[in-house]
Amino acid sequence: MSFINLLKIALRALRRNKLRAFLTMLGIIIGVGAVITMMSIGEGSKKSIESTFSSMGTNMITIRPYSNIPMPGGVRMGSSNIQTLTLNDVEKIGEEVKNISALSPGLASGGQAIRGSKNWPTSIQGVGPDYLSIRKLEIASGSNFNEEHIKSFAKVCVIGQTVVKNLFEAGENPVGQIIRFGKIPFQVIGVLAAKGQNTFGQDQDDIIVAPYTTIMKRISATIYLQNIYVSAVSEDLSNLVTDDIIRTMRASHKLRTGQANDFDVRTQAELISNMSSTSNMMTTLLTAVAAISLVIGGIGIMNIMYVSVTERTREIGLRMSIGAKGRDILLQFLTEAIIISITGGLIGVLLGVTASWFVSRFLNWPTIISESSMVISFFVCVFTGVFFGYYPAIKAASLDPIDALRYE
Amino acid sequence: MSAIVHMENIRRDFIFGPQVVKALKGVSFSVQPGEFITIMGSSGSGKSTLLNIIGCLDKATEGEYLLDGTNVKSMDKNELASLRNRKIGFVFQSFNLLPRTSALENVELPLLYQKGISQSERRDRAMNALEKVKLADRYEHRPNQLSGGQQQRVAIARALVNEPVLILADEPTGNLDTRTSYEIMTLIQELNQDQQKTILVVTHEPDIAAFSGRTLTLRDGRLLRDAQNPNIRSAKEALASIPKADDF
Repeated sequence: MSFINLLKIALRALRRNKLRAFLTMLGIIIGVGAVITMMSIGEGSKKSIESTFSSMGTNMITIRPYSNIPMPGGVRMGSSNIQTLTLNDVEKIGEEVKNISALSPGLASGGQAIRGSKNWPTSIQGVGPDYLSIRKLEIASGSNFNEEHIKSFAKVCVIGQTVVKNLFEAGENPVGQIIRFGKIPFQVIGVLAAKGQNTFGQDQDDIIVAPYTTIMKRISATIYLQNIYVSAVSEDLSNLVTDDIIRTMRASHKLRTGQANDFDVRTQAELISNMSSTSNMMTTLLTAVAAISLVIGGIGIMNIMYVSVTERTREIGLRMSIGAKGRDILLQFLTEAIIISITGGLIGVLLGVTASWFVSRFLNWPTIISESSMVISFFVCVFTGVFFGYYPAIKAASLDPIDALRYE
Repeated sequence: MSAIVHMENIRRDFIFGPQVVKALKGVSFSVQPGEFITIMGSSGSGKSTLLNIIGCLDKATEGEYLLDGTNVKSMDKNELASLRNRKIGFVFQSFNLLPRTSALENVELPLLYQKGISQSERRDRAMNALEKVKLADRYEHRPNQLSGGQQQRVAIARALVNEPVLILADEPTGNLDTRTSYEIMTLIQELNQDQQKTILVVTHEPDIAAFSGRTLTLRDGRLLRDAQNPNIRSAKEALASIPKADDF
């Protein structure tokens, strides 16, 4: 029997019971729709986490003071109060660690930024000129400070958009203006481009960047650092660089074998992979739940096909008596099951795409519909149709025409 | 001309556990082209079993059966299916038309299971068959829009469409009233006499057997009687002799 005739026969049989065919399809529609929606939500949140990190610089490595050794009295100190990182460490890393593209000391101080009658509570970051490239910050106008400013403890700063908004009138050019941080006047020499919030809701524009020497000497009056920022040449090398840094730091701090590190080295890659694996797990979980509904849809097809075979036993007997081979009957019922699953699959893909759109539009969740998720779930549902349609079809094909003709 | 049906010592045993039921215990006969034969017998006489074997739906346990010169003994299920498709037209007591399917599409059905027939040829042949049963004007009607007699005529058209060598009818008038029965028998007689179709009808009504040229009577799995009918009754005249039932 030709394929077109098979299709015609199957379509006619389905038309005879439109509502039933649709209800059978519904299982598949919901299954496929759910799989696609869940995968798109999962993909979307993964992408958004990744983009947050990459906007922070994916190859950034941060060294912070850290100690497990309790102070007298058992009190542990916050990292900003532990005084182990020094400029000497920065120098050593710069000399000995290979594959780094940027290096900057860092320390921050909180306080009030003041200009005329306006003020804004923020913090000032004392860093090297490399800091902007490490954090992927860009200058929108003016310029970054340089080594000269570092050497001369220059009272210059680069400010973020939030600071600009709060200290300056709209349309005013901050570059060249003087602001105060606490009691110290700083000349604004550059303004950073807006970056917005990151996924954790932190405002990345609420920032003042100044030479670290200036902060160490004029504001914090300290010789210790709170951070050292390093940029690896590439994300792949960040693990290697981390190992080198640990070795160099241990040597620089004269730590003996077996003695715990008095610092902590973290890569962004680590964080990304943690976050991604969490979101991957969620995606897998959601998809698995959705896949179960697809299986249930398949069982629905199987159930209805069995009913249909029983109902049409006499028809099967007649077809066989006028010359239908077992194969013809098998293909006829299989075609019906596949039509149900393909149609259901297509509608399900549409439903999934629409649902993802609604989720991103009205819940503001990031969603990404990958072609692969559509293709995979479509083929899975075709496979479901074949798999669950096969047994009823076999049952139909193996009927004995004499018994089938007499079936009441 | 060779026989359409040639049966020699056909036996058919059914095995139900330890019990062996002998439905046919050695049946032999031949059907020549152009014959109109009725098979009679009470229930349990083995006539359904015989019909199934003639129709290639079942195979004999023992004995030789040649359908139009072909021995069916060594054929498998699929070969039997295509043999049925080409050689035999079935007519059933309960019509067995596909519901919600037009008369034309019902008649086309056997052609769907034959290779190499275009859609237009299928349609032409089905229309042609419907003309033979005088239902060409009802080709679009569905079974539920047709009377019992008309449904059986569609079924006969379906049996004719493949131009089989043998038409097998299993109690074709069993579900019909007397008048409609005679109409159907008139049609069958015409097909036999005017178009030389070989027809085999299973019935338990002697009334119907009187229209055929030869009657085989089965009893208890054996052929009891094989009698030529010297004076065949005309179904057309029989139809004319009963009063028209249009007065209610």
